[in-house]
Amino acid sequence: MARPTHGYCRDCLEPVPKDKNRCPACRRPRVLHHPELHELSIAHLDCDAFYAAVEKRDNPDLKDKPVIIGGGKRGVVSTACYIARIRGVGSAMPMFKALKACPDAVVVKPNMEKYAKAGGEVRALMRELTPLVEPLSIDEAFMDLSGTERLHHAPPALTMLRLVNRIEEEIGITVSVGLSFNKFLAKVASDLNKPRGFSIIGEEEAMDFLGDKPVSIIWGVGKAFNAKLKKDGITLVRHLRQYEESALMARYGSMGRRLWQLSNCQDSRRIKPHGAAKSISAETTFFDDISDVEELKRKLWPLCERVAKRAKKAEIAGKTVTLKLKTASFKSRTRSQTLPNPTLLADVLYETALPLLEPEADGTPFRLMGIGMSSLTDADLADPADLLNPGATRRADAERAMDSVRAKFGEDAIKKGRGLKR
Amino acid sequence: MKITIERGALLKSLNHVQSVVERRNTIPILSNVLMRAGQGQLSLTATDLDIEVVEATTADIGQEGGTTASAHTLYDIVRKLPDGAQVEITDGEDGKLTLQAGRSRFALQALPQEDFPAMSAGDLPHRFEMPAEALGRLIDKTRFAISTEETRYYLNGIYLHMVEDGAPMLRAVATDGHRLAQADFPLPDGAAGMPGVIVPRKTVLELQKLVEEEEGIVRIGVSDTKIRFEFGGVVLTSKLIDGTFPDYTRVIPEGNDKDMEVDGKKFAEAVDRVSTISTERSRAVKLNMEEGRLILTVTNPDSGSATEELGVAYSSDALEIGFNARYLLDIAGQLDGDKAVFSLADSGSPTVIRDVDDESALYVLMPMRV
Repeated sequence: MARPTHGYCRDCLEPVPKDKNRCPACRRPRVLHHPELHELSIAHLDCDAFYAAVEKRDNPDLKDKPVIIGGGKRGVVSTACYIARIRGVGSAMPMFKALKACPDAVVVKPNMEKYAKAGGEVRALMRELTPLVEPLSIDEAFMDLSGTERLHHAPPALTMLRLVNRIEEEIGITVSVGLSFNKFLAKVASDLNKPRGFSIIGEEEAMDFLGDKPVSIIWGVGKAFNAKLKKDGITLVRHLRQYEESALMARYGSMGRRLWQLSNCQDSRRIKPHGAAKSISAETTFFDDISDVEELKRKLWPLCERVAKRAKKAEIAGKTVTLKLKTASFKSRTRSQTLPNPTLLADVLYETALPLLEPEADGTPFRLMGIGMSSLTDADLADPADLLNPGATRRADAERAMDSVRAKFGEDAIKKGRGLKR
Repeated sequence: MKITIERGALLKSLNHVQSVVERRNTIPILSNVLMRAGQGQLSLTATDLDIEVVEATTADIGQEGGTTASAHTLYDIVRKLPDGAQVEITDGEDGKLTLQAGRSRFALQALPQEDFPAMSAGDLPHRFEMPAEALGRLIDKTRFAISTEETRYYLNGIYLHMVEDGAPMLRAVATDGHRLAQADFPLPDGAAGMPGVIVPRKTVLELQKLVEEEEGIVRIGVSDTKIRFEFGGVVLTSKLIDGTFPDYTRVIPEGNDKDMEVDGKKFAEAVDRVSTISTERSRAVKLNMEEGRLILTVTNPDSGSATEELGVAYSSDALEIGFNARYLLDIAGQLDGDKAVFSLADSGSPTVIRDVDDESALYVLMPMRV
């Protein structure tokens, strides 16, 4: 059976004949045509300037102003809206630089709870279409729509167009979509004409399209690796195609295989819907670098409380405690300890992390500290009472009592002394 | 060295010693078993540097001498030989050991016996004897409670010591902080004055296998750092855990005033049945006690729930308490008398469990929050 050849209007979703560049129904010009439009089913959806878009949605005054999300004395830009981006503000740019480039920008402190809520709503809409949704972060995800034509009475492309319009209407933010035949190219495609983009890379054109792109387009090729490849005379994707897979593997190890496969438009990774969280963590970047162990300990306690609070809420306990430190010179140190029994108590996290922290606090100034728990299990098994350590059992009881006080009178109703400023 | 031995005898001895040998070894000779032939006997030795097992068995000695070869390979070969086969073992000049039985012939890489590490027990000043069965019982009753938690290494074994309040006893105690098991045996002659020692888990497991088959007497020698068990043709020498066992007596509650008497066997079966639906995710068994009856409940959000009612002797106020299903099963499995008694205080405090007719063993179990 011959595949249909018509395209779709991105606004009214009506079919548009192959040779028309304007929708015959609504007369608007946003028309989507592609020879493989009715076949491709792997999509990547990315929200446009997500944090900024959410802020603009909630505060219409910001709509036409350059908005930067980020903050703090040594803050960096976490998201800049498209108006600010035109003026040269980029993600991860130090705030002072960003404000130099765009002095009239409105800086908004990030409100993660709000973004998490909006991100969750977007994800829920995606999951209505297919269970195969693989989130990459709060604002982007892969979707595998193979085999959903009959369910939605539409090819994946039209299903995605409907989703895009629904997100704009119901959630009030815009997204960009890439549609292709594997994950790598879908992600490349979604980046092609942001914001509000909908790009398609078909099997026919993929090799030509990718050939003249810089190698850095390949997932996993960062700054350092890019430099290494450049030294070897490889700057464009097609340069990689001169080599056999074995030659690339011999030179670059396991990354060589990825280079060969992706440069030849092969990507067999499947879309895996994520299971439950693998770890719970909290971290903080200090206002000023800290080297004093007592000061670090004081900063550690609220982090432990934050992790414990989330663990208790999710009714999940962790068996491995990991302490993360970043020195003033941006070197990361992680130290972890596995417990005999899983825990969801801040006190146990703290008591476990202290002996990990103490040897590290040798006078080195640290800019960041974090604490996390992993090897997650059900809360039922957490913190069994210990016959031989009645002190720990008492402290655990005290923490549970504090939690019930908080549940009744609010977060700040009761605090442990070690969390207070001197 | 040249010996001939019946397959069954060799297999039995190899089986006894080979389990001490670790599967992975960085020092090659520790994978080997030392074989020495002399005076009508073949003696096999295996060690992991913490435990040494020596077993002697009668063999036809053609030429005296000794050598070492891979314990697990030898065991696997002998296991596969036909029943009743005569096995001939010879060590060649070429550093190989030859094993022949019927039409099978194996040449194994050997290492010289001089390289095999010898474990010196040193002086064992405290020596006593007890029936193998009694030693087996001390182990059986307490083994399950041994901790595997490495940070509290001093709990990774059975604490063997003497107690003198009342009739002097040799007592074995094991605990992991969640449950505690204690078993007594009247203090044998010669054991008085022995130090309290922590016998490591692996030694306990090896010993348990060995004494199971033994019906006679076990001779035990103890020093501050080593313990030795001799019985049948076996000598097991082990290092002890160098640590202080916590004062477990503080953990055993004395004021628990709510007693529940139940048929130990029926209780064990009921716990086993209801815990069928408990999983990794939910392990708690809930015990509801009221006048004359006990209701066991397990609720698993994934698979459903189970209840079972038992007639018990209970006359205190109604009480609800939860226990880890696996821990409760471990203890229930030890209750072999007709009547077991649970002494409870409240739903948050440790419970004492024992056989009514058997004062020589008791268990303490910490409840779970339910």
